[in-house]
Amino acid sequence: MTLLENKPADIPVPREITTKPRVSDRIFRAVVTGVGALSVTILTLIGFFLASRGLATFREEGLGFITGFEWTQVTDENGNRVSTVGIGAMLIGTIVVALVALVVAVPLSVFCALYLTFYAPSKVKNILVTLIDLMASFPSILFGMWGYFVLMPSAEYWAQLLNRYLGWIPVFDVQAPLFTRSPFIAGLVLATMIIPIVTSISREVFSQTPLDRIQAAYALGANKWSVIKAVVLPFGANGVVGGSMLGLGRALGETVAVYTVLSIVYTPNFQILFGSGGNVASHIISYWSEATEYETGALLGAGFVLFMLTLFVNLGADFVVNRAVKKGK
Amino acid sequence: MSTVNAQLPAPSRPWEKTPREVLPTVVILFLSLLTVAAIVELTALKGKLPYFLLFLPIGTAAQFLWARYKYGMKAAKDVVASSIMMTGAVAVFIPVVSIVGTTFVKGLPGLSLSIFTNDMSQASFMDPQGSGGLIHALVGTLFLILISVAISVPMGVLTALYLTEIRGPGSRFIEFMVQAMSGVPSVIAGLFIFSAVILTTPLDTSGFVAALALSILMIPTVTRASQEVLLLIPNDLREAGLAMGATQWRTVAMIVVPAAKSGLITASILGVARIAGETAPLLFTVGGADKLNTNPVFGVQSALPFYIWSGFRIGTDEAVQRSWSAILVLLIIVLILFTIARVVGSRSKGAK
Repeated sequence: MTLLENKPADIPVPREITTKPRVSDRIFRAVVTGVGALSVTILTLIGFFLASRGLATFREEGLGFITGFEWTQVTDENGNRVSTVGIGAMLIGTIVVALVALVVAVPLSVFCALYLTFYAPSKVKNILVTLIDLMASFPSILFGMWGYFVLMPSAEYWAQLLNRYLGWIPVFDVQAPLFTRSPFIAGLVLATMIIPIVTSISREVFSQTPLDRIQAAYALGANKWSVIKAVVLPFGANGVVGGSMLGLGRALGETVAVYTVLSIVYTPNFQILFGSGGNVASHIISYWSEATEYETGALLGAGFVLFMLTLFVNLGADFVVNRAVKKGK
Repeated sequence: MSTVNAQLPAPSRPWEKTPREVLPTVVILFLSLLTVAAIVELTALKGKLPYFLLFLPIGTAAQFLWARYKYGMKAAKDVVASSIMMTGAVAVFIPVVSIVGTTFVKGLPGLSLSIFTNDMSQASFMDPQGSGGLIHALVGTLFLILISVAISVPMGVLTALYLTEIRGPGSRFIEFMVQAMSGVPSVIAGLFIFSAVILTTPLDTSGFVAALALSILMIPTVTRASQEVLLLIPNDLREAGLAMGATQWRTVAMIVVPAAKSGLITASILGVARIAGETAPLLFTVGGADKLNTNPVFGVQSALPFYIWSGFRIGTDEAVQRSWSAILVLLIIVLILFTIARVVGSRSKGAK
């Protein structure tokens, strides 16, 4: 009896078993989750601030802000502002320059990625991969200066050749023999900027081609080109598309390199060899320093349009790339 | 024993081409080069480009015909494909070499000790070399890098920890958003900070505000690179930590992060390399000083990309020369960062 009575005092209280995290863990999780949500917050804030500053412009111009081809600031005799702002011409310029860049960069990048994955000896491969990574970290103003001082003199000559022999195609026609600072040259500079992006993503997808399929093709007597045509390209097509869209996103938003090379003229221009054009981003910085208050709002609104455009292109690209990469795993 | 060794046949490598197979290719390429040279000399074409443009189709066609005659149509197509891909690689290779080469050739003449000790407050861009310098821009860039690192590295690493350690309900969505954020054009980052900070708060253009804009570009880079590293840390380590009775916080702080340390450093350096040369956001935010200013919060500052930009826009020979020298300094900074990232990154891979 006495034994039983003494027992409760000696036995330590059993530890409470719980799945509830400790205080330190709760703080840790809260902090990390809070910071994790930051990217969403920042993206929302960017959209919100640019849209709210551009609101006055959107209200006044309506749809004409997107489709209008005029950017004029006139004050009539009573001191009232009579202005039209529309970024249509610059949107066209943005797309033209980015398309030139894609047309040049995508084939080269795909060839380069295929060469790196299937042909290059490992030493050459290491050097080239390092160089391409390095190229991706070059500042954009370096591309701009290189494009202006080194690429432009030769590219002007290529443009003249294109115009002489292919001038009957409308895009290669020019209204006057002015070949410097054209969308074509700006597109070439952008192409050198997006080649590293497209190449590295294509390479990643190509290298995930299932080895058994490649070996099966070889076993059936295929040579390298047949393997690439029958196995690698169908498998990697999605990745190439996604990589090109990421490159497109970069090309649409590039500012400094385009401003350096292109002569910004506020008219829509489809003749890629003719020296006039522009894109939304370079339009913003070229008008920024002399902008009136109303124009500043309009430029911020233009920024909002550009932001949404690149956001959708990039989201689409991520979607396609993720699907392509997942298929390989 | 030695006689036995001597009788061993040399290992055969049936996949390698014999000299007999290589010789025709060399001869064909040489002949097509001669043809190209003849065409360039005899017709109105001039410059280096025709060599490239003519050699490509003529050389490829000659090889195609030879392979078709010797091995058949399939082999001929294979030859054409491989030469096209080789051309693609060369075409990607040329601009890198040209960019680095040009920068060194054009930048070196303007480089001297005095540009690292003077600012532009007593000189104008049009003055001859030797007066003025870029110390204000260099100091500004260093401040920008330091502040951006102080903001972006914790943010980026913590976001990556959320994606890899907590894997909460929204992590798929947040991953998507981080990728979208990495595609935000640099000019938009500048415009956003201009409208959200300069227009709405008492802060005016300064190094700190510019660093905020650069952080928007740097956070996604750091996040994505850190996430890749953290995913490589084996789960055994995390489980071992938890089994020892550590809380998740202790496991992450004392096991996961130290194990991924060098990878996280690489991620930060890659982020710095991404923003060191950004120009567009600075045009709205940094102000652009000519004088050395070591206070990043008050007063305008300058930065190397801004300095390069100003020199280019003025456009006289002297101003452009200053820009090239500044680009060379910037490129050397990027090259150093890139090399450090490579070395640290490869060491962390080797440790595994």
